[in-house]
Amino acid sequence: MRRSVNIWTRIDKLTIIIFSVMVIMGWFNIYAAVYNEEHKEILDFSQRYGKQFIWILASFILAIIVVIIDTRFYLFFSWAVYGVLIFLLILVLFIGKEVNGARSWFEFGSLSLQPSEFAKFATALALASYLNDHRQELTKLRSILPAVGIILLPALLTSRQPDMGSTIVFFSFFIVLFREGMSPYVFVSGLLAIILFFLTLLIDNVILETGLVVVAFFLTWFVTKKIRLSLSGIGIILLTGGLLFLLDHFVLESLGYENIIIVTLILAGLTFTYYIYQKKAFGILVIYLFLIGSVLYINTVDMAFNTLLKPHQRERVEIMLGFKSDPHGTGYNLNQSLISVGSGGFGGKGYLQGTQTKFKFVPAQSTDFIFCTVGEEWGFIGSLVIVGLYLFLFLRLIKLAERQRSVFSRIYGYGVVSVLFTHFFINIGMTIGLVPVIGIPLPFFSYGGSSLWGFTILLFIFLRLDASRTEYLI
Amino acid sequence: MKDLFATRKYFIIVMIVISSVALLVRLFIIQVVEDTYRLSAENNVLRYVTQYPARGLIFDRNGKLIVFNQAAYDLMVIPSQTTKMDTSLFCDALEITTGFFRDRMKAARSYSGRAPSIFLKQISAESYARFQEKIFMFPGFYVQARTLRKYSRPVGAHILGYVSEVDEAQIKKDPYYKAGDYIGKLGIEEAYEKELRGTKGVKIFLVDVYSRVKGSYAEGIMDTLAVQGTDIISGIDLDLQEYGERLMEHKTGSIVAIDPSTGEILTLVSSPCYDPELLVGRVRSENFIKLSADTLLPLFNRAFMASYPPGSTFKPVNGLIALQENVIIPSTKFGCSKGYLFVGCHTHASPLDLKGAVMNSCNAYFCQTYRKILENPAYSTISEAYEKWRSYLTQFGFGKKLETEFVNELSGLIPPSTYFDRYHGVNRWKALTVISLAIGQGEIGTTPLQMANMTAAIANRGYYYTPHIVKSLGNGSGIDQRFTIKHEIGIDSANFEEIILGMEAAVNGGAGATARIAAVQDIIVCGKTGTAQNPHGDDHSVFIAFAPKDDPKIAIAVYVENSGFGATYAAPVASLMIEKYLKGNISTASRWKEQRILDLNLIERRARSETQR
Repeated sequence: MRRSVNIWTRIDKLTIIIFSVMVIMGWFNIYAAVYNEEHKEILDFSQRYGKQFIWILASFILAIIVVIIDTRFYLFFSWAVYGVLIFLLILVLFIGKEVNGARSWFEFGSLSLQPSEFAKFATALALASYLNDHRQELTKLRSILPAVGIILLPALLTSRQPDMGSTIVFFSFFIVLFREGMSPYVFVSGLLAIILFFLTLLIDNVILETGLVVVAFFLTWFVTKKIRLSLSGIGIILLTGGLLFLLDHFVLESLGYENIIIVTLILAGLTFTYYIYQKKAFGILVIYLFLIGSVLYINTVDMAFNTLLKPHQRERVEIMLGFKSDPHGTGYNLNQSLISVGSGGFGGKGYLQGTQTKFKFVPAQSTDFIFCTVGEEWGFIGSLVIVGLYLFLFLRLIKLAERQRSVFSRIYGYGVVSVLFTHFFINIGMTIGLVPVIGIPLPFFSYGGSSLWGFTILLFIFLRLDASRTEYLI
Repeated sequence: MKDLFATRKYFIIVMIVISSVALLVRLFIIQVVEDTYRLSAENNVLRYVTQYPARGLIFDRNGKLIVFNQAAYDLMVIPSQTTKMDTSLFCDALEITTGFFRDRMKAARSYSGRAPSIFLKQISAESYARFQEKIFMFPGFYVQARTLRKYSRPVGAHILGYVSEVDEAQIKKDPYYKAGDYIGKLGIEEAYEKELRGTKGVKIFLVDVYSRVKGSYAEGIMDTLAVQGTDIISGIDLDLQEYGERLMEHKTGSIVAIDPSTGEILTLVSSPCYDPELLVGRVRSENFIKLSADTLLPLFNRAFMASYPPGSTFKPVNGLIALQENVIIPSTKFGCSKGYLFVGCHTHASPLDLKGAVMNSCNAYFCQTYRKILENPAYSTISEAYEKWRSYLTQFGFGKKLETEFVNELSGLIPPSTYFDRYHGVNRWKALTVISLAIGQGEIGTTPLQMANMTAAIANRGYYYTPHIVKSLGNGSGIDQRFTIKHEIGIDSANFEEIILGMEAAVNGGAGATARIAAVQDIIVCGKTGTAQNPHGDDHSVFIAFAPKDDPKIAIAVYVENSGFGATYAAPVASLMIEKYLKGNISTASRWKEQRILDLNLIERRARSETQR
């Protein structure tokens, strides 16, 4: 059943416009980031902005090619594409060029390509192809495991390069699994585990655990819509905790705040259990289990980190995650990038007027730290526009994904959203100190051929699938 | 196919929206709410311009200026601010070639387009004056004032040391130094670097994104002024130093003169010397290579880096030790039949007492004395007696560094008894085995500085102050404590009288006196000749002396290399130095001596004899 449609009229123009705007804005920002008075010409091909222009032209050609190729190609050859990229990821470990201690690049003369950037769309294709056949059973462990395997294989290979950023990006495909039926508890637990891991190392345990209790209170209120119930719950916890504190303060003197909180939650839990049993309040049980699970998890992570690791290993982890100031290493980058973005103020310093980036205080300012230039020269207004543009793109892509008739297309669409969103959040987040410094590019903005082409192919395959959504009834 | 989980899209949408909002909130906080980052960014674009202090001056003991500073200018360039200009006019004004201009501009540009780099180092004040009239025609160029060393007289290079740019290793060792800074090398410049260098200051300027100076930061309240280096008053007598260098012209060797009452070094000559001006400014590296290649080693400081056997000048010390150990008394006489066993001697009256032996420099006397020292029944073995003798020498400052300010001072050699054990076996060697030590030959090495110090200890009748070059510091703080400690030799002062009488007789005595040429009218000079054996050529002429006998003002050691007996050249040089120092000028009676020394060209003579060979 095939209907002939003109893909050029059907293709989503809005997304193409956002894509073009972003790529061109990226180009101008790269020009500003590596601005060099000796080479004022923006088309000076000895400079990064000149080269980026070539990468952009190539990416438009790539986009056209991707759109010309028939939809069926992507469906039928998804495994082959995935296989080739996995092979390349293995190959790069052996013959790749080592840059900054990582083997991530193939070098062909003056051109370098990073296979991990292309493995992202390949993985999205493979995952879509697999889930297209198995999605009804995604609640069963037997069918989830191969999907997890598709994700973990490239994640594992990139971690060997090592390229922490790409590894994390592959994990973002779990968002797709969640959308397609994976248990929300698994998903939320995983998400929570990652967030709590960082928070444990970042924040004092007692404050973090207290915060969790507060979150649990609001969740209970939100789920049950009963303020009095929620208040009495928190009251029981406060009362138990208070008594324990006094007992410890005057008699035991050895419990410690962490233990008081754990014992409090268990004791208070007995009261809750009675209520839950009486009213069959399943929601409250889930919240309670998550709460006590989180608290135990925090203490475990904290203990593992502080007792199992040797001091120098601990320090290395802390510096790597950007928690510890290291004026010459990661800490320096973060500090300088915060100064760059922060000094932009509300309206920015003006195009090409950024002092931070001009004087090369920020490293990697045309690649991973490109957002510094945006923040410094365009200020909060500029940041708002860029973040807004991305948010709009993501919502648009979700809308497109949801209108697919083909499961394959929808799943692939969510894959695109997952990858782009993860890049966006981690990149900007690390620039402004919200997430640890993990070197991954900002889609369509950062300098570099591989990442731009990888994202272009990723996005345009989906636009191609979307354009022909009415062609087939798969 | 029913989509069972369609509602989950809302969860994903909410997650993305919350994340984006979180980013925006954080951005709002750091960009709009907090202004600490703006201040930090401002700090990042401040330019810190170092203010270089002038180095401290160096004076002689009478307040005469030895070393001062001259202005020099580094021509700086900011390539991005240069415009099209008349290159040939520019090059003419600076006396450089256009090729040099192109190379420097290329280097500066590759360093940075916007940051200043040094285009031409150390332009003299005269060249700068000429260039200054035209500098307005060359935007992008400006000068930075530096100071270079200037010397009042072309003397004292070995004492003063020189100043050069710091190298990578020094920057690493001491963070005070930054690339392009100057640091003292050798001599006073190195020893008193911390005092002389002063403290760098800094001027803070605001610069814009194009590195253009926008003005002083916060009206200059954060600027610090450079503090000039501390002046140094050295113990050197500049006139005497100059005279010593003149006497040593065309000869190799050294003179060290010390004020025995303080340990201050009055003169320290190492010949050949060089004009310290040769190692200043742009000519430095070129001249340094030339001086390094010179076969006469002008950069080598013989005064405390060359070790010679002391020869007969060592005899007074052995006499003193023998007296202190009670193995001889002043009236002890030994016969001499033109030598003792295999050690020869010259013709003189025999037998002699101690005074006569010093006066006549009798080898036989001191061989027998030395035998008595080593075969002293108070000690069970020769080794033990030898070590006792050696401990006296250590007290005299031999065989170890004297700990002057000079960092590269040599310790010389007085071998321990184990040295002979190794060669001959434990207890397998006797006094006769090492008998050459009696007359200062053999396995023994001392520096001219150590010999001058020994002379000072004899002049003081039993003690010395560590020789030092600096008398006081300009900021009023005293010199290092180690220079004010009296080092006792451990020999009774009474024992010195007979030795000193012998040294007096050697210069002023009648028949048999070995150093009558060293006599000075109206001054009682006490001296001792010596000949340092030199396996590589003619022996070195050595002379030690102090004067006046009863209130010593100067103790001196003179080495004239490859010139034979001590009396021949070293003694007249020493006497001229003593006369010059104590009287201020050379009397007519000594003019012939002076002329003879000035006319002497040992370097040419040696070269001639070598070509004849």
